[in-house]
Amino acid sequence: MAIDIYKINPEFRDIMPQEILDLEEKATWAENAVKPRGIKELPETKELLEEHSLCAGCPEAAALRYVLSALPKPEETIIVNSTGCTSLMFPHIALHTVHSLFGNQNAVATGIKRVLDWRFPDTEKDVVVLAGDGATVDIGLDYTLQSFFRQENITTICFDNEVYANTGGQESGATPKGQVFKMAPTGKKFEKVKMWELAVTSGCHYSINMTASAPKAVAKAVREAILIAREIGPTFLNIYTPCILEIGLNANEGLREMKEQDKERFASFKYVSPEAEEFLVKCKEEGRL
Amino acid sequence: MSKITDMTKTHNWSGQKLVTADHLLFDAPREKHFMTGSEVLKEAVKRCTVDASVSYPITPQSEAAHLIGELWAEGYVGVYFRGENEFGVMSEVAGCAMAGARTITTTSGPGTLRAMENFAQWSGTRIPCQLILMARGINSPLTIQPDNLEVSYMLETGCQIWYAENVQELFDMSIAAFIVAEKPDVHVPIITVVDGFFVSHTREAVMLPADDIALFPYEPYKSPLPPIDSETPPGRFLRDPFVMKSNYISYATHASWQWEVRSAVERSRPYAKHFLNGLVHVTGEEDAEIAFVTCGTASNQAKEAHRELMKLGIKTKVIKLRTIRPFPTEELIEALEGVKNVFVPEFNVVGWLEKEVKTALYKKSDADVVGGPRVAGGMSMPAEAIIQEVMEKINPGKGA
Repeated sequence: MAIDIYKINPEFRDIMPQEILDLEEKATWAENAVKPRGIKELPETKELLEEHSLCAGCPEAAALRYVLSALPKPEETIIVNSTGCTSLMFPHIALHTVHSLFGNQNAVATGIKRVLDWRFPDTEKDVVVLAGDGATVDIGLDYTLQSFFRQENITTICFDNEVYANTGGQESGATPKGQVFKMAPTGKKFEKVKMWELAVTSGCHYSINMTASAPKAVAKAVREAILIAREIGPTFLNIYTPCILEIGLNANEGLREMKEQDKERFASFKYVSPEAEEFLVKCKEEGRL
Repeated sequence: MSKITDMTKTHNWSGQKLVTADHLLFDAPREKHFMTGSEVLKEAVKRCTVDASVSYPITPQSEAAHLIGELWAEGYVGVYFRGENEFGVMSEVAGCAMAGARTITTTSGPGTLRAMENFAQWSGTRIPCQLILMARGINSPLTIQPDNLEVSYMLETGCQIWYAENVQELFDMSIAAFIVAEKPDVHVPIITVVDGFFVSHTREAVMLPADDIALFPYEPYKSPLPPIDSETPPGRFLRDPFVMKSNYISYATHASWQWEVRSAVERSRPYAKHFLNGLVHVTGEEDAEIAFVTCGTASNQAKEAHRELMKLGIKTKVIKLRTIRPFPTEELIEALEGVKNVFVPEFNVVGWLEKEVKTALYKKSDADVVGGPRVAGGMSMPAEAIIQEVMEKINPGKGA
């Protein structure tokens, strides 16, 4: 309903930094944009404050902008996030978000989605989970998979940086085998958990493994995943957003790292269930994609 | 299944006539029934226009959760499903309530502890959901016996905590709980506690109003924080800059938030007083020099001890606490006027109620507080145990 969901108090408008004003005016909702909103509008729009809390050059910040630009109905979208680097970004966007606890994001999202469907049976309200690999693959694995088992109509996006970054660089389930991290001083002992495969096994209708190196590809996946979640069932995106700090890269090296991994651990994986495939064809015909 | 769109101004989605809490609790005619605590909870939920409930099995609350599920199947509850475990359930409850639903769930003992982080999240996010806690022992070794140790862990979560003595009180309290929790100046979660088995599985005579009337629905837009439904600009809920950054302002923000949650619990007093007919109930001899301060089924046992002690010519009174958060300090001090010896019988080994009573009375009462008797592990508390405690104190070495 509320395209003016992010509203600056008029009394404070004259003392607000320009980028806060931009976030109100240019965080283009579908209704505000001259053209339909999408990834192409990114240069002129403002999804995320530049003075956000992530490290300089962090690929998560870019990936979040791609995700936000691709939401089919941002004014009716709730994002549920979890403790970690991802949660640091959400105070700096113009969207309804919930910081849950650490790991329970899919359970909170379930409650929200079911009640929104109950309270607003005639309105499409999208619930999107966005959390890191610690929250998704480790502490929150139970809740993530259970939401898939229960066929909740939510989209889960994992910003996989292969490490607990916000707590100072500890190994996670998504860390590749052999990687030395704090708490894995002689190298991680088991293989990277292939969450995108678990998602398929657990009932997701759409599962992707990719890096955030190609904005258009991310935006396409996000839009498809949310539309499928709305109509068919749970969807999952695993997106590599490396922690340049913990793997010793400079601020300008994140993109190169993602491109290199496109052919390695994050070589393209895409699963679409037959039901979802059919639905996507229909969406294309209707111009929703 | 019921649909929220079936709601009218006068009737809820299941066709029950909407009435005020005062009408439902005080004015509506009642009839006598014979029911267990679990069954009576179903009757209470049936009259509360509940939007959502999430369930998970744990003894002794499983039956209550089944019965709420039946209500959903019968069209009285909007959303109902089984969560993956208690941490998941309390998280799902948080989501339901954040999205603007009147939400209820139930649990017991170890489930409470498994879900513990969520209760602080509930109060911190100011959702007015209700947990019916059918208290039981905490593992290990494994136990399913009645005990109320977990309430000790709940005391500082920022939630309201009420305590029902019997099946009738469970019915009335669980209805009043929604109303008080949802008051815009309160709007924090409420935990309604009963001693598991002793109440959940005990069949008693209860007076119930007709089931064709129900509470007016929850109005999420009266919440002090906008619900998460994208309907209320600006969306401030949980998205203001984090208070975890290490600077003075963030410390102050977090501290003031914590105090505000506790202040909200304090602001529930007048509403609770109205709907519960006072925060404490006093029975026995007005001029007694011996008092029992109790909650839950320990109150019942203390009343029996009182009757036996009367036969011995010893005057006592029972001060039953109906709210633990807020703690009824003022009412307790008033009820203890002239009392020299206070006994706190309780169904747990740590004596959390004794600590609460001592804290409340510190430098405000000269009465001597004895923490006991205490039983744990599912043992019953015979009146003789209470009497023995009294006699040891007033007549040392001579016994009852």
